[in-house]
Amino acid sequence: MKLSLTKVVNGCRLGKIKNLGKAGDRTMDIPACLLYTKTGSAPHLTHQTLHTIHGLPAMAQLTLSSLAEHHEVLAEYKEGIGKFIGMPELLLYCSLHDPVSPCPAGYVTNKSVSVWGLGGRVEMTASKFMAIQQALQPDWFQCLSDGEASCEEATSIKRARKSVDRSLLFLDNCLRLQEESEVLQRSAIIGVIEGGDMMEERLRSARETAKRPVGGFLLDGFQGNPATLETRLHLLSSVTAELPEDKPRLICGVSRPDEVLECIERGVDLFESFFPYQVTERGCALTFSFDYQPNPEETLLQQNGIQEEIKYVDQTKKIKTTSCNQEMTSFEINLKEKKYQEDFDPLVRGCSCYCCKNHTRAYIHHLLVTNELLAGVLLMMHNFEHYFGFFHSIREALKSDRLAQLKELIRRQAS
Amino acid sequence: SGGFQMVSLVSLSEVTEEGVRFRSPYDGDETLLSPEKSVEIQNALGSDIIMQLDDVVSSTVTGPRVEEAMYRSIRWLDRCIAAHQRPDKQNLFAIIQGGLDADLRTTCLEEMTKRDVPGFAIGGLSGGESKGQFWRMVALSTSRLPKDKPRYLMGVGYATDLVVCVALGCDMFDCVFPTRTARFGSALVPTGNLQLKKKQYEKDFRPIDNDCACPTCQKHSRAFLHALLHSDNTAALHHLTVHNIAYQLQLMSAVRASIVEKRFPDFVRDFMGTMYGDPTLCPTWATEALASVGITL
Repeated sequence: MKLSLTKVVNGCRLGKIKNLGKAGDRTMDIPACLLYTKTGSAPHLTHQTLHTIHGLPAMAQLTLSSLAEHHEVLAEYKEGIGKFIGMPELLLYCSLHDPVSPCPAGYVTNKSVSVWGLGGRVEMTASKFMAIQQALQPDWFQCLSDGEASCEEATSIKRARKSVDRSLLFLDNCLRLQEESEVLQRSAIIGVIEGGDMMEERLRSARETAKRPVGGFLLDGFQGNPATLETRLHLLSSVTAELPEDKPRLICGVSRPDEVLECIERGVDLFESFFPYQVTERGCALTFSFDYQPNPEETLLQQNGIQEEIKYVDQTKKIKTTSCNQEMTSFEINLKEKKYQEDFDPLVRGCSCYCCKNHTRAYIHHLLVTNELLAGVLLMMHNFEHYFGFFHSIREALKSDRLAQLKELIRRQAS
Repeated sequence: SGGFQMVSLVSLSEVTEEGVRFRSPYDGDETLLSPEKSVEIQNALGSDIIMQLDDVVSSTVTGPRVEEAMYRSIRWLDRCIAAHQRPDKQNLFAIIQGGLDADLRTTCLEEMTKRDVPGFAIGGLSGGESKGQFWRMVALSTSRLPKDKPRYLMGVGYATDLVVCVALGCDMFDCVFPTRTARFGSALVPTGNLQLKKKQYEKDFRPIDNDCACPTCQKHSRAFLHALLHSDNTAALHHLTVHNIAYQLQLMSAVRASIVEKRFPDFVRDFMGTMYGDPTLCPTWATEALASVGITL
């Protein structure tokens, strides 16, 4: 694969990754997001409904936490996870963990890392890990790594150092095992940058990992609540400065629109798309604007307050949800609210997704109130499409040197 | 129309001549559903077919309540007809009641067929009654319903029941079964069903049904669906729902083709053979029902 940068603006990288995939014939634009999946499927969506979404990413993210327990089945299947899940047309990246469900800490040793599936804990040494990857045959996979230095509140230098040492050891072991594997020759290992909050260790991790023949880099340990990321942003810049320009930089656990922009400005290329999924799970729809070049009429309408979505929201609202007890953001509206009962507008006026073209806010409200599965399907379709549209607008803004406008627009809408 | 909820929510409801009063278990709020109210709501919904509000009793109930419900359903039919605001756009169907009593059902048929409604539903069945009683009431009903109006058997159902009831003269059916069973991980196939959550499908890389043209069977294996069913991704349920609906539609399409091509009895024999291993292993009630209309297995 080959990453070529079209331009770099204020630290933001715009470019293309070429020669991807088993046949080496696929391309991916950056910056971009990866399609979030659970057990190899987009949440709530069958293949058919998934493909009604415009702007689908070229690459999907699979999680080892959801797939490790199916190792035997995949080994017997032999033809790789892409075919097994019915997504041969997408590039596949396999991460260790699911960004939505953080795993319990305390299970990394010098010899093994554990992931947590629905069937329980799966402990993996480097050999077992690589055996699983052999069965999966993804295009890229996150190397076995120790991400726990960033788990606790205050990391000690000792723990940070250990996370770097262990991750490098795992990397070298996995690279060696990859050399011995015919089947994994066409897969790229993504090196993981660790080091907790210790600048020294972060730099060491970056420099050492960069010496290895990895396909790209995963910046681990920057996830957490929004406040956490802010304090780590300076670390992020320092880390990416140490990384080669011609390899992709992924970050895990960062998916909110405002955080995405902060990270792009600090040299990150690829993001996970679990944020639209979390929004869906709390019965909400993304409505934030990424139209940094509105026409004068729209601007007037906005100023007259007709488009209520761009109002400043004073408070964030806590909503109990099935899988994520996360706070609602000001990038979204909560369709469970009574005021949507007779709102016959689409979720977002002008949105080209299936839900907005066929249904109203009132209908989604009704589906949520009656606990229908269709609510999740329609909301997921909209939220994904909206989010992918946001990433498209980032690339367009970079092309036309308008990122500052987009950033300001997003900043105004962040609570 | 809301009638069935008198059975499914019987502990939360109270029936009088006026209508049925439902009480919400969440906030104690009461709703009165009268024939007029039911039709008013259905008029607003704008469906092509609307159903009368009937006084429904569970098919396992016996005694005077069954007779009361039958006569009241006739009176409610007349009130629905009177209240119907859009007879030119929406087709109001009557619903034959009378439980498992041949005399009561016959009376109901005689009375309701005097009203000029566009279609008739056969109600009060598909509850907990024995299949022997079930088919006899269906046959009785179809024998007394006009040939030139649709016969809609409510709450059916399983593939075998659909085929047998077509033989008995029914035209339309509805049932939660295919989608509900899908949500429980069960896929419908010509030989019965596959409980895909079971371990035996863990490494079964075939589609649910090799001959099925649905998107699920085109793209996915039993093994993948097995894994997905053991996850918390609802996509698994949707895959199976799509397949099971396709199965039902395919079945009825095949039924229609066999009728048009004058080979329905052969179709039935074939169907039973596939489903039960041998046509003679078909359940007794089905054999009897089919025999009553001249189809031998």
